[in-house]
Amino acid sequence: MSLRVSELRVYYRTLKGEVRALDGMSFDLADGEIIGLVGESGCGKSTLGKSLIRMDGRMHHVGGSVELDGKELPIADDRRMNDFRFKEVSLIPQYAMSALNPTRKIRKMVGELLKSRGAALDAAELERRMDQVGLPREVLDRYPIELSGGMKQRMVMVISTLLDPSLLIADEVTSALDVSTQKAVARALLGFRDSGYVKSMIFVTHDLALTHHIADTIMVMYAGKLAEKAPAHVIVKAPRHPYTKLLLDSLPEVGVRYSERRLEGIAGSPPSLLHPPAGCRFRDRCPLAGDECAEEPPAVEIAPAHHVACWKA
Amino acid sequence: MRRYFGRKLLIYGLTFFVAVTVNWMIPRFMPGDPVASMVARANVARPEAVEAMRAYYNNLFGFDQSLWQQYVNFWGALFQGDFGLSIWLFPTPVSDVILGAVPYTLALIIPSVLLSWVVGNQFGAYAARRKLLDNTVLPVGYVLTAMPYMWLALLLAWSLGVIGGVFPVAGGYSFSMRPHWSWTFVLDLLHHWTLPFLSLFLVALGGWAIGMRNMIIYELESDYSNYLSALGAPSRLIRRYAFRNAVLPQITGLALQLGVLVAGALVTEIVFAYPGLGSLILNAIKNKDFFLLQGSFLFIVLGVLIANFIIDIVYVVVDPRTRAGMAGAQA
Repeated sequence: MSLRVSELRVYYRTLKGEVRALDGMSFDLADGEIIGLVGESGCGKSTLGKSLIRMDGRMHHVGGSVELDGKELPIADDRRMNDFRFKEVSLIPQYAMSALNPTRKIRKMVGELLKSRGAALDAAELERRMDQVGLPREVLDRYPIELSGGMKQRMVMVISTLLDPSLLIADEVTSALDVSTQKAVARALLGFRDSGYVKSMIFVTHDLALTHHIADTIMVMYAGKLAEKAPAHVIVKAPRHPYTKLLLDSLPEVGVRYSERRLEGIAGSPPSLLHPPAGCRFRDRCPLAGDECAEEPPAVEIAPAHHVACWKA
Repeated sequence: MRRYFGRKLLIYGLTFFVAVTVNWMIPRFMPGDPVASMVARANVARPEAVEAMRAYYNNLFGFDQSLWQQYVNFWGALFQGDFGLSIWLFPTPVSDVILGAVPYTLALIIPSVLLSWVVGNQFGAYAARRKLLDNTVLPVGYVLTAMPYMWLALLLAWSLGVIGGVFPVAGGYSFSMRPHWSWTFVLDLLHHWTLPFLSLFLVALGGWAIGMRNMIIYELESDYSNYLSALGAPSRLIRRYAFRNAVLPQITGLALQLGVLVAGALVTEIVFAYPGLGSLILNAIKNKDFFLLQGSFLFIVLGVLIANFIIDIVYVVVDPRTRAGMAGAQA
């Protein structure tokens, strides 16, 4: 078992009170597995990604634990967490376009970063990995401003995985890219896993269609909690949670003319996480909601590797 | 690269032309007649002698020609390095008077500008990450930078000069001395230089420190800093990058502030009766000395333009993005 997250609670401190962005998440991630983490904006998926590598100043760890390769990750201790960052857990950030220092040539920046982490720059290995994602070697002697958005994105991917981390968090890496580049990035990530550069990966996104191509397992989050987790094809073909079903229904399909059938979204909006309602958090928007939903549904394994947190599933 | 500097040089050339023209106009359209005061100084009673003197001086300074002719002659003389004769210190050439004062002004401005910039940046960057320093010393920085130069100069002269008696409050060197090369004279020069230098240094220091502090805080919040900390890079490396990037706007700030700093230096010189360009300009105005005034302004304009040009070059060297812009890229 590569990663085990149990009952993780991470709240944001705000002037109005605590925002419960992550309220009791539990899941496992096997060696070599890619999990696609999907959900609406504000459902806590980025918070989960950040919690696993570096919490920002407003976040604080309230409860639960994270275990990576049998070792407990000190996610609340910024200093101790440093030993794990880059080497065990690494990140491809949402802002990959601006993640590189604008006034350093890339070769120098990579060298300085590796040196500061006590690793030597293996130029041959670096160039081999750049070849793999289709980056020309001259890129190393350029400034970030001289690269296109897609090139910067791929460069960041190569840098982040240079120390062969056990877990890679890819946070919305494709959201700023066009469709053909998205595909190339997804393929590169798969390649990294297959070459053993990273053992397992959490692919945070709101793009269900793309996730389906790259992830082995898809995990759907709603309002800081797990809604459904199942193998990718099961989630797409036979979802059990009403939220997952509605999410899939709201995706446009190629070749369908929507003049005949209106494309439905999900009515309503997610609850405020400042004072989340008791019981199932999807209750207000759920077409199936009944009396039992006033009580919080536990995540149950209804079929092998298929977890659902819903009374109606 | 050549187009960039060509354009810059053109702009500087235009600025120079306009500045020199304005510079020529100001004394001539100022109220008062310098020749009349020179004649009065000679204390001659006989009307025909007065008339002869007036004609002689008018001819000597070229005031008998049309304004247009005077303007053209002025440019002609300028290119031959001839700034005319001083009226106040007649008949010393203006260039000699100015060259005597310029070293004092440069000795004040260059160290105070550069040192305050370097120290202010270091200090601001340091304060940005120490809560205690940030809360106690930066308000002092705000007070310093908001203070007019002559006010701080007066305070220093009063406290350290008049009350403390540690430093002399007037002159570039002791009145009992003649300029010559010896250790005693150099020490005396330094002794007189300290207070004017301090007042320039302190006012500028506050501004740079505050600017740098804000820039560093901004840079430490930026994406590349976050990425580096997510990869566990030590804060030493992140701060080095942040400093390097935060310095860029400070260099631009230096170019913008240069004129203000020079003006401050001139006022400070007057407070301390320091024998630089500032005191010279004051005397030139008092004595309606057109030529000295023109010459001094010209030197200042030239100095500021040259310093700005140097900063332009430095900026191209330190920021790769300006180089990309020169190659035609849209940044």
